[in-house]
Amino acid sequence: MAMHPQRKQRLLIIVFILVVAGLAAGLLGYALKENINLFYPPAEIVSGKAPVGKAIRAGGMVQKGSVQRASDSLKIRFVVTDYSAVVTVEYEGILPDLFAEGEGVVVSGKLAEDGVFYATEVLAKHDEKYMPPEVSAALEDSAAKRDMEGASTAEQNINDPAPAEKAGL
Amino acid sequence: MSIWTTFHKWGSPRWFYQFSGRLLPYLAGLSLLLLIGGAVWGLALVPADYKQGNSFRIIYIHVPASAVAMGAYMTMAIAGAIHLIWRMKLAAMVMKAIAPIGASLTFLALLTGAVWGKPTWGTWWVWDARITSVLILFFLYLGVMALHQAFDNRDAAAKACAVLVIVGAVNIPIIYWSVEWWYSLHQPASIRFIGESTIHPSMLRPLMATLSGMYLFFAWAMLLFTRAEILDRERNTRWVQDLVCGVQEQGVK
Repeated sequence: MAMHPQRKQRLLIIVFILVVAGLAAGLLGYALKENINLFYPPAEIVSGKAPVGKAIRAGGMVQKGSVQRASDSLKIRFVVTDYSAVVTVEYEGILPDLFAEGEGVVVSGKLAEDGVFYATEVLAKHDEKYMPPEVSAALEDSAAKRDMEGASTAEQNINDPAPAEKAGL
Repeated sequence: MSIWTTFHKWGSPRWFYQFSGRLLPYLAGLSLLLLIGGAVWGLALVPADYKQGNSFRIIYIHVPASAVAMGAYMTMAIAGAIHLIWRMKLAAMVMKAIAPIGASLTFLALLTGAVWGKPTWGTWWVWDARITSVLILFFLYLGVMALHQAFDNRDAAAKACAVLVIVGAVNIPIIYWSVEWWYSLHQPASIRFIGESTIHPSMLRPLMATLSGMYLFFAWAMLLFTRAEILDRERNTRWVQDLVCGVQEQGVK
């Protein structure tokens, strides 16, 4: 089953091409990491990695209980979190159907000096879970029961109970 | 029979033509059954998603088209490598046959993705790592097709295309892991090879049907296009002339 030496050489050339192409793509991907990332998570915005006053995107989860809507316009204010930092977002316009508290969001706009992100577009980022409504309701029921049992010891938690898993970042 | 004998037998266009001819009706029938059955099952019988409602049902076309578009590319790259190493002409024909099928599947994946993105994300298109790398896959397929056209000499065309295809294969793992490596709008994979899939079993079953149906459709289309290429390249051989004349005589009778 030995390979003909010439064919073996051609095989080695192909492996070489693949390794070089992979290396080139890897270096390119690494060098352009900042540009390939679609958005900045709140932690990078708070730490000053995101530019101020430039068109950028921010992404994370809409913090539960943070959504404030204006009564006379489409203006909305909410807090985006990655469970290590938070950014306040202000937006005026139509929201996607899947926009909700505790769900993922990607907003584009500009970060102001005061740390507020003024968005011109809000996109919903959903997770990779699909299930029928009954299953979701049953899961929520059992989660609520578990919370009740642990309520005496657990502190009141505004954030999601399983942040890292649900962040979807 | 040793593995090399089988290998060389498969390399014979004539043998491939005859053998694939027997496979075609089974592939076509089974893929049609799985695609139509899975689509009806997924579109009409499965419950709506708890978050996305009915718009999630496009998954039954989007995921098979995307997965097979990537699988087709890997098949094309392997055919290209076989052609380069063993100078097997049949592998070059398979490579040429796959490009337009892969391009169509990638286009379908991009189109269904856009149609799905509008009601869920709120946009048709965003330049995130997943969507952009799939667009690159589409251009790679178009590039392979164009490169084939650019050469008058078939062997030179096959060699150049094989190298392009192999270099482009680097894009496949990038597409697959793009949603893990970079922050993207597209969510990570729901079907997991390791661990439990994050799509409910009742929704996963019809997806498996359309996914395997799409793979069989690809196999069917690949064989069909390769056979056409074989007839074109071997048109001066005795067996093709006999085959064509035989068909004509039967038609006359």
